[in-house]
Amino acid sequence: MLELRNISRHQGGEIFLDDVSLSMERGELNILLGRTLAGKTSLMRIMAGLDKSNSGELLFDGVSVLGMPVQKRNVAMVYQQFINYPSLTVFENIASPLRVARVGQNQIDMQVAEVAELLQLTQMLDRMPDTLSGGQQQRVALARALVKKADLVLLDEPLANLDYKLREELRAELPALFAAMGAVLVYATTEPTEALVLGGNTVCLHEGRVEQFGPTLSLYRTPNSLRSAKTFSDPPLNSVEVECVAGQFIYAKSRQLLGIKIEKIPDGRYILAVRPHHLSRKREASDEIEIEGNVSVTELTGSETFVHFSMEDNSWVALLHDVQDFAVASKVKFYLKPQHLLLFDSNDALVEWQPEINN
Amino acid sequence: MASIQLQSLAHRYPSAPDYALRSMQQTWSDGGAYALLGPSGCGKTTLLNIISGLLRPSEGRVLFDDIDVTDLTTEQRNIAQVFQFPVVYDTMTVAENLAFPLHNRGIARNEIEKRVADALQMLDLQDRANDRARSLTADDKQKISLGRGLVRTDVQAILFDEPLTVIDPHLKWQLRTELKKIHQRFQHTMIYVTHDQTEALTFADQVIVMYEGAVVQIGTPQQLFETPEHTFVGRFIGSPGMNVLSCEVDGSDAVFAGKKFPLNKTVDASASRFELGIRPEHIKLSAGDGMPLTVTALEDVGRHVIVRGEIEGAALSALVKDGVAIPQNPYVSFDSVHVNLYADDYRVASGRGD
Repeated sequence: MLELRNISRHQGGEIFLDDVSLSMERGELNILLGRTLAGKTSLMRIMAGLDKSNSGELLFDGVSVLGMPVQKRNVAMVYQQFINYPSLTVFENIASPLRVARVGQNQIDMQVAEVAELLQLTQMLDRMPDTLSGGQQQRVALARALVKKADLVLLDEPLANLDYKLREELRAELPALFAAMGAVLVYATTEPTEALVLGGNTVCLHEGRVEQFGPTLSLYRTPNSLRSAKTFSDPPLNSVEVECVAGQFIYAKSRQLLGIKIEKIPDGRYILAVRPHHLSRKREASDEIEIEGNVSVTELTGSETFVHFSMEDNSWVALLHDVQDFAVASKVKFYLKPQHLLLFDSNDALVEWQPEINN
Repeated sequence: MASIQLQSLAHRYPSAPDYALRSMQQTWSDGGAYALLGPSGCGKTTLLNIISGLLRPSEGRVLFDDIDVTDLTTEQRNIAQVFQFPVVYDTMTVAENLAFPLHNRGIARNEIEKRVADALQMLDLQDRANDRARSLTADDKQKISLGRGLVRTDVQAILFDEPLTVIDPHLKWQLRTELKKIHQRFQHTMIYVTHDQTEALTFADQVIVMYEGAVVQIGTPQQLFETPEHTFVGRFIGSPGMNVLSCEVDGSDAVFAGKKFPLNKTVDASASRFELGIRPEHIKLSAGDGMPLTVTALEDVGRHVIVRGEIEGAALSALVKDGVAIPQNPYVSFDSVHVNLYADDYRVASGRGD
């Protein structure tokens, strides 16, 4: 188990990591999800022992490893830019960490064969890296990280430089591969969809802080903060500022009523948020909330439609499961089931609530 | 802006045994938004470089508005280009970077100021206008590259080579829609190279799907989704792609797993291989209607669940919308109008419906 306790890192007045505490089990995939500069790579470098933290404690299986140099730790890391030795065959590329560790030839043959099988590289062991496709080259880099049976495997956006379709294939293969390894796995990505496909646990990172940590799907379904919800939404989360006056909700800007009533909620300012696929063109029940806006642009994918519109001066997007074109600047109405509304207080924390409909 | 014609265009790199680009005949209209979509190595960047003048084709001609530009340089062709990685001058400010291509063309100062202000607003960089470019993140630098491609209005075409690949997902949404708005406003001829289907489909009026140096289909996003002309297009477009299932043909019916799917025409049975194409979006799950599906995995990706399974040994994916219940032992039925039939990978018929 890898434990981080109150890890902080700052340099020249800039904060990279701010009081990060996490605990990650062996055999589980832990995803670091966040935008560029959220602290994903900083965190991985501390886990690996490449950088020092200014404060905090780092333990592996209960033993402090904070001062231990990277060479002494059994860590493997895979980067976005896949790196292979161009003059070595695929076999020798994968075997290289075992050669460094002076493992015997029989053992090397066995371990390379095993990992090559897992990553579907068996047919390519005699080839040189530059004769492989990008996806195959990245699989070789992955194989090299996996072959030494590291206790901690760090993957920093390993699929980012690959073709879309290849990424899709590897994403589908990776969870089974990771499950078979028994290491602590940490996987950084900027893409919410990637986190959802991979499953496991997710850490939502924002500006060096952990916003939320838990099972991936439950984080997606019940974000505890607006930051977490925004980080974990693709297409982007829709939000609007509202005010609650005696249980009645009104838009903060236009002062229009929303048509929902919520009991037992203190008066004040709130943020209402909704995911794009929860907006529908058809009203299916009388308690649904009507959302109106002006279309700014429509994107059609052939099977889905993304309608971008302005709602109370906010940019909103609706994801429709069919193809419909909307004229720019036309008025458009959507409907929303109350149970799909996310409500955040003035500190951006999630508010648990039960809707009561006001007809 | 100009229309672009490719006449018997092909390209083979000097030492290579095979064509990187196989002979093609294309006319792209003035003011159109086109995307070149395909996996790495399909020839899309080679084609873009030929259009921009960075590469001279080994065969064929390139015409802008009926004028042969095959032997003209990039500069003589008067086109704007945006690349995958940011091209900015670190020591200049953001505004100076945006103004640079305009100064070079001798445009009046007040016109430059106006266009730079427009670009800053579009890119959401107003408050960074006077900052040196070196202090910006990679995302913001790439925004400047985009802006520099878009500030000139006198160009024949604007070419984009994977411009959003290094951009964070939330910003991609913003920049994609800005590009779309710009196209709707100025009607530039735009050509956009990408391996990302969402970018291609949302950007372009016409998507050119390339595979192994050849154009396999040109069509609107909807055509590519509903009637892929080749199994490659069916698989490449969509997440997951189209299910391609080995089948048999009986007159005007396709037969899969003992079930008949009526086709819109009688099919010559002489092909060596028949396959039935059905999109995951067009498969319905129920508790007892249709063919029994052995479920192998459920992938919940938030807005929908991907159900992976098998029918008589054939792997199949189906999409179930968020909030719709998935039966314990599901049966599947295909929306028969959306079935396509492929003979040796090419589409020969589509479903007639029941």
